[in-house]
Amino acid sequence: MTTVTNEDAERIRERARFIREETIRLISIAKVGHYASAFSCAELLAALYYDVLRLRPQEPGWPDRDRFLFGKGHAAVGWYPILADLGYFPKEELDGYTRLGSPFGDHPDMRRVVGCDFSSGSLGHALSTGLGMAIAGKMRHRDYRVFVMLGDGELHEGQIWEAAMAAGHRSASNLIAIVDRNEHCLDGRVDDIVGLEPLAARWEAFGWSVSEVDGHDPSAVLEALRGIADDEERTRPAVLIAHTVKGKGVGYMESEIGWHLGYLVEPDEQRALAEVRGAA
Amino acid sequence: MSTSADLHEGSWHLLSVLDQSPGLHALGDTLADLADEGHPIVACTADLKYSNGLNRFEERHPDRFLQFGISEQNMVTASGGIASCGEVPYVATFASFLALLCCEQIRMDVAYPGLPVRLIGHHAGIALGFYGTSHHATEDLAIMRSIPGLSVVAPADAAELAAALRATVDHPGPIYFRLGRGREPRVYEDGTEFVLGEARSHYEGSELTVVATGSTVHPALMAVEALRARGQDVGLLAVPTIKPFDRERVLAAAQGSRRLLTVEEHNVVGGLGGAVAEVLAQAGAGTPLTCHGIPDEYCLIGPPTHLYRHYRLDAEGIEAVAQELL
Repeated sequence: MTTVTNEDAERIRERARFIREETIRLISIAKVGHYASAFSCAELLAALYYDVLRLRPQEPGWPDRDRFLFGKGHAAVGWYPILADLGYFPKEELDGYTRLGSPFGDHPDMRRVVGCDFSSGSLGHALSTGLGMAIAGKMRHRDYRVFVMLGDGELHEGQIWEAAMAAGHRSASNLIAIVDRNEHCLDGRVDDIVGLEPLAARWEAFGWSVSEVDGHDPSAVLEALRGIADDEERTRPAVLIAHTVKGKGVGYMESEIGWHLGYLVEPDEQRALAEVRGAA
Repeated sequence: MSTSADLHEGSWHLLSVLDQSPGLHALGDTLADLADEGHPIVACTADLKYSNGLNRFEERHPDRFLQFGISEQNMVTASGGIASCGEVPYVATFASFLALLCCEQIRMDVAYPGLPVRLIGHHAGIALGFYGTSHHATEDLAIMRSIPGLSVVAPADAAELAAALRATVDHPGPIYFRLGRGREPRVYEDGTEFVLGEARSHYEGSELTVVATGSTVHPALMAVEALRARGQDVGLLAVPTIKPFDRERVLAAAQGSRRLLTVEEHNVVGGLGGAVAEVLAQAGAGTPLTCHGIPDEYCLIGPPTHLYRHYRLDAEGIEAVAQELL
C-alpha cells in the first residue's frame, strides 16, 4: 500500500466538493432530490473513483474492471457527475438530468447509464448482486474487486444479511462493502427506528473483516480503502463502516432530518454552494 | 441405538427415493450436457437439489453448482450479478418461492436489466398438494407474464423440458420455466422439437378446441382422444410458451372451432385463459371461451391426484368439462 500524501488527500477533498456542487446543480434541474444522502458519501465516492477503483472509462465493458454497486441508489445524483468527469459520457448529457427520456433518473439504470455496473433503487439487493459478481470473478479466476456502497438504513433489509452470511461462508474476499453510516433514514434516526448496534460485531459474526473510519476525512478514507482493496492476504469479505454526517457540508442539512429529500430555491441554493465551497 | 438397516421394506427417507421425480432428471442432465458442450452454465438452488434434480448436475460439474441455502431472494439477485459477468445461471426452487417470494428480485435484478437468467419454478400449481397453500403456485403464470422482457415457458413433459432448455440456451434474455413435479406422463418422444413462442397443434376440431399448457397437456390429450373416438370433432392446441404468446395459432384455432376451452393448473385469472381471452378480444374474434383451471380461491389440500380429480383437471374431468360444452 502506498502512503497517502497531502496531495492525494487534497485531490479527494476537492473532488468531494465538486460532487456536492454538482449535486446541487442537478437537483436544481429536477427540482427535487436527495442532497443529504449524496453529501454523506461524497468523500467515499471520490476516494473510490479517483483513487481506488481499477477502471478504463474508455472501455466500460472491460471484463477485469473493478465493479461498483450503489445499494443506496437514491444518491446517484452525486455519482453521475463523477462518471461524466471521468469520460464515460459527455458532461452535457447531465444537463437533462431526470427530464423526459434522460438516461439519468433518481436511481441508476445499467441499461441507460454507461459506467453503471448494475441497476439499483430497491434497497437491500446490491450486496447479493455484488456477491454474484464476486462468485463469477472467482469462478473465472479474474482478479477484479467488487465494491458495494450500502446505506445504514438499508441494513434493515433482510436480504442484506442473507448475502452477508453467504459471502462470509464462501470467503468472498473480492467483495468489499462500504456502509455509509450517516445514522439517518427517512423517518428519523436509523437506530431509533430499528437499532443496528453492535454493528461491527454483527458483521464480524457473519464472517467479515471489519474496519471503521471517519468518512469525511480524506486521508483516513484513502488509507482505509487502499488498505482493504490491496490486502491480498485477506481471506474474508471486508466491510468498511464509514461514520458520516447526513447532509455533510451544509449546516442546516446536517442538523435537520427532513433533508433526506428536498429542493432549494435559487438564493438558498447559492448559500448552500457557498457553504460547500467554504468547507472544501 | 437403531439404524436404517433395521427398517422394513416400504420405509424410506428423502435420499433413498431420488427416482420419485424422474421427469426432473431432464433438468440436471440436460444442463450438465450443455455445460459439457461449453455453455457457461451455472446451476443454483436453495436447499432443494434433490427435489429438482440439480444434484445430478452437481455430480458432473461441482465447480459450476452453487448452493445458496434457504435464501431464495439472495439467490435470485446474485444470479443477476453472475449473469452480468457473462455466465448463464439456472436458478431452481419451488415455483411458489421463486415467483411469489422473489417476484421483486426477478423484476429488478433479472428482467429489468434483461439478463440471461433462467428461473426454474418446479412443483408449480398444486403439485405439492397437501403441503398446503404456502407451497402451491397457482398465480405464477399471471405474475410472470406481466413482467416486461421475461419469457414464460411451461413444458408438458421431460422431453419437452429437455428440448426447451436446449433450444433456449443462447437466448439473450431471461426465461421463467414452469415445471411440474416430474411425474408427468410422456406426451413427446425424446428429441422432440421446441421453438420459443410456438404452440403445437395436436388435432384440429370444428366443434371445440382444447388449449392446454404444461401439466395439463397430457390429460387434455387423453380427453380429446376419448372424445374423438366417440366421433366428436374436438381439437387440441398445446401451448408450451405462455410468453411470447402464439397469437396466430390461437386465432387459427378460434377461426376453425365453434368454441375454445383453456385448461391449466393455475388460477383461472390471468394465466393461459387470460392470455387467450386477450388475443380473442383484441382480434375481435367472437369465439366463445371457457377458462377451466383452479377457481379463484385457495386450493383444498390433498394428494395431487385427488386434487386433480376434484378440480376436474385429470383426463376424465377435462373430458367431462368438454362434453358439457358440446
